[in-house]
Amino acid sequence: MKEIALHLLDIVQNSVTAGASHVDIRFDLDPDGVLTMAVKDDGKGMSPELLERVRSPFVTTRTTRKVGLGIPLLQQNAMLSGGGVTLESEVGKGTLIQARFNTASIDCLPVGDLAQTMATIILGSPEKPEFSLTCTSPAGETTFSTEEVRAVLGPEVPLTEPSVIQWIGESLKEEIEPILGGIMR
Amino acid sequence: MKSLAELEAIRKATINRINLRTEKDNDTIRVVVGMATCGIAAGARPVMLAFMDEIAKRQLSNVTVSQTGCIGMCRLEPMVDVIVPGKEKVTYVHVHPEMVGRIVAEHIVNGRPVAEYTIGAAEKE
Repeated sequence: MKEIALHLLDIVQNSVTAGASHVDIRFDLDPDGVLTMAVKDDGKGMSPELLERVRSPFVTTRTTRKVGLGIPLLQQNAMLSGGGVTLESEVGKGTLIQARFNTASIDCLPVGDLAQTMATIILGSPEKPEFSLTCTSPAGETTFSTEEVRAVLGPEVPLTEPSVIQWIGESLKEEIEPILGGIMR
Repeated sequence: MKSLAELEAIRKATINRINLRTEKDNDTIRVVVGMATCGIAAGARPVMLAFMDEIAKRQLSNVTVSQTGCIGMCRLEPMVDVIVPGKEKVTYVHVHPEMVGRIVAEHIVNGRPVAEYTIGAAEKE
């Protein structure tokens, strides 16, 4: 993966597969340059046993193959920058995964095109769950949610409508740039 | 969000087109993009959005774009299936955003698959 945003696109699928109704995504950049990406869902959660093993590339819940590289690759890239990944989960409640990146490190990935990632995430799961994105940095804060968009669109127009997806991508780009612009490329 | 008014305009513009569409649902062409870890790492995200852009540009109302997981041929990612009702599924491999315009124009609009981009052509090499 060449962008933190691509890791997000990848691991969000875990929340969708876990049957979440709400997935809350955060990008928080603190004044010291530490970026925390958090994905919090209310899906089915993981048992303590699974939680302990889930960072292994040889652990996956899918049945077609025996490898799962989403979390291991994320952890590798977070650690390369001097950060790391923390996981909290409870069966029946949901899961919180947080990846910390030290953006001052030369080995830190750029955040990348977060707007494109959100558009793609929504296109992949347009009906359920509801997604929200919050970005904060010393420069300010912005939030976005699919619930908000759905409220405007009403029941007839789906989020998958090409012009809606384009609007989501373009308006998010404008919103995110002033907040995380310095570490996006 | 600064432009919710813009979104409201989109809603008004699309709502009529949507009502027309549901009447003839069975001729919908499906575009399916592989979006597992392998597909994403190989560059599936811009491919998927390139399809959306092209569909919006041409105002194609009978095409849906969706995602699928890893189908076990990670070395050929990004992969895209184009499924035209009544025809055999066509699988494109190593798809880049620059190839999307041609796939939409020649295959989706004009019904002629782009042979040189397909899995059959790639596996012959």
